[in-house]
Amino acid sequence: MTDRRPSRVTVTSPKTRAVARWGGRGTREIDEQTALGEVYMRSLIRAQLRLSLFVCTLLVLVVGGLPLLFWLSGSVRQGRLAGLPVPWLLLAVLLYPLFALCGWWYVRQAEANERDFADLVDRR
Amino acid sequence: MNLAAIVAVSAATLLAGFYGLRLARTTSDFYVASRAVSPVANASAIGGEYLSAASFLGVAGLVLTNGADMLWLPVGWTGGYLVLLVLVSAPLRRSGAYTLPDFAEARLESMAVRRASALLVVLIGWLYLLPQLQTAGRVLAAVTGGPRWTGGALVAAIVIIGVWSGGMRSITLVQAFQYWLKLTALAVPLVFLLIAWRGDGSPGVSDPTWLLPLQQEHQLYATYSLILATFLGTMGLPHVLVRFYTNPEGRAARRTTAVVLGLLGLFYLLPAAYGALGRVYASDLADPDFVVLELPHRLVGGLGGDLLGALLTAGAFAAFLSTSSGLTVSVAGVIGQDLFHGGVRSFRAATLLAIGVPLSVALAVPSSLPVATMVGLAFALAASTFCPLLVLGIWWRGLTAAGALAGLVAGGVLAGGAVVFTVALGAGRGWGATLLAQPGAWTVPVTFLVMILVSRRTAAPAGVARTMVRLHTPEALALDRGDWRPRRV
Repeated sequence: MTDRRPSRVTVTSPKTRAVARWGGRGTREIDEQTALGEVYMRSLIRAQLRLSLFVCTLLVLVVGGLPLLFWLSGSVRQGRLAGLPVPWLLLAVLLYPLFALCGWWYVRQAEANERDFADLVDRR
Repeated sequence: MNLAAIVAVSAATLLAGFYGLRLARTTSDFYVASRAVSPVANASAIGGEYLSAASFLGVAGLVLTNGADMLWLPVGWTGGYLVLLVLVSAPLRRSGAYTLPDFAEARLESMAVRRASALLVVLIGWLYLLPQLQTAGRVLAAVTGGPRWTGGALVAAIVIIGVWSGGMRSITLVQAFQYWLKLTALAVPLVFLLIAWRGDGSPGVSDPTWLLPLQQEHQLYATYSLILATFLGTMGLPHVLVRFYTNPEGRAARRTTAVVLGLLGLFYLLPAAYGALGRVYASDLADPDFVVLELPHRLVGGLGGDLLGALLTAGAFAAFLSTSSGLTVSVAGVIGQDLFHGGVRSFRAATLLAIGVPLSVALAVPSSLPVATMVGLAFALAASTFCPLLVLGIWWRGLTAAGALAGLVAGGVLAGGAVVFTVALGAGRGWGATLLAQPGAWTVPVTFLVMILVSRRTAAPAGVARTMVRLHTPEALALDRGDWRPRRV
């Protein structure tokens, strides 16, 4: 546990690096805040926001739907499955793996969006 | 034996703190562990810090008292991380800010919003710390027979020593250890309890209506409001956010959060079972917050019961220590930077203030509402202030300093007022009391609305385009991300 020291890295400002490099047309458009650069940025933010809102909508439907379901349906509220009351099975057990699964899926999708963006703007 | 368990947990915490002392060198080390912590260690540390006495003791107690509706509390405390993951985690890390006020300053370029955020961080932190210290006092008094002030004072002393000696670096190691300690301390006794319960003929609860959700007055509203407050409040908790800066970059922040979701889900499978067993065997308890600690004595008994009880007491103390030190570090970071001059010496002085104020209140008022209810109010306040600030700040260019400030004031006053009324008057009946006890459903939309409407009429900060590049682009791309840096470095 003694070698937890981080490895040595060159410390540079992102600004200096951006100015010093050549090529990567898209990155220059973004740095100079041209109309095209704005389009690139908006496309990234929109893609990420769409993905995030998709997960949020799923949450609203599943999590937001459950109290309503319990409220409207007596058979769900009072039902039993595998020896457990259905509301307990849903709230105390099943929702947790669902959250973890959603999280894992989201991370993969968000990283894919970023790769697409990097490919788009870093072309020489 | 309980005392021995408490001493062991305290000693282990302090030892890990001293170990960290040798590693902590500079201001940056002190605050954010030099950002050199791996995702799994970081996720364990987040879990360790997040699982407070409210999760370890409080949820089971509330389930025992109020039944199935209280299962939403741990669901929200886990689901909040999913919302945080998809809306906030990577951009927040990429902002480069250390604290919420830092983020407010970076995005909105306004010192007024920064100060309002700093004030709110301190208020939310204290609201969260208070029940931890109160419960620590009650637990230590119950297991040792000593006076009530000792528990809170002990927790505060250990936190101060730990924070002074190592800052965040040592705390990261301690917190990671404490997640696994808490999980073990809750899981192992449960196995023995369930065996004893089967041996007893698996008795069910005496009143089957307790198992059903939506039994109480206005419960549908209260459930939705609780869901909103917990799912959206998690991202606004100061001790949760400061952890994200220990990730090396935005992608790691995302992965860490995904691991946290798994770790929390694993832990929260347990408290509901304690609540249900408590309903069968310990429904006569005067203070339901003690149900987790009481069950081994009632079900197992003898030396085995004492040993399991000691393990649970150790877990409970780990919960007091980890959450209290996490909150103290983040509140002290904000006080040290925004009230004092910044730097390590200010941070040390700020630590005293950060935990001293809630400790004084806890000593004067040893108990108020159940611990999980108090923590729920802190979530409601965070959801009504920082959630709109973060979500709109990250995803909407139109958010302005004036809009953010108006929203923070509106949400802070409304939710803060509801909290004060609920704490002062206790849980009441009827619509008015329900609206105040679960304010999230109306205060969160009001804050969003105020921020959007005021922003529409004012001008966005000059550097918003550059800030968006900083928040959303992967670090591997060489881009101009502006030259804003948190002032500390």
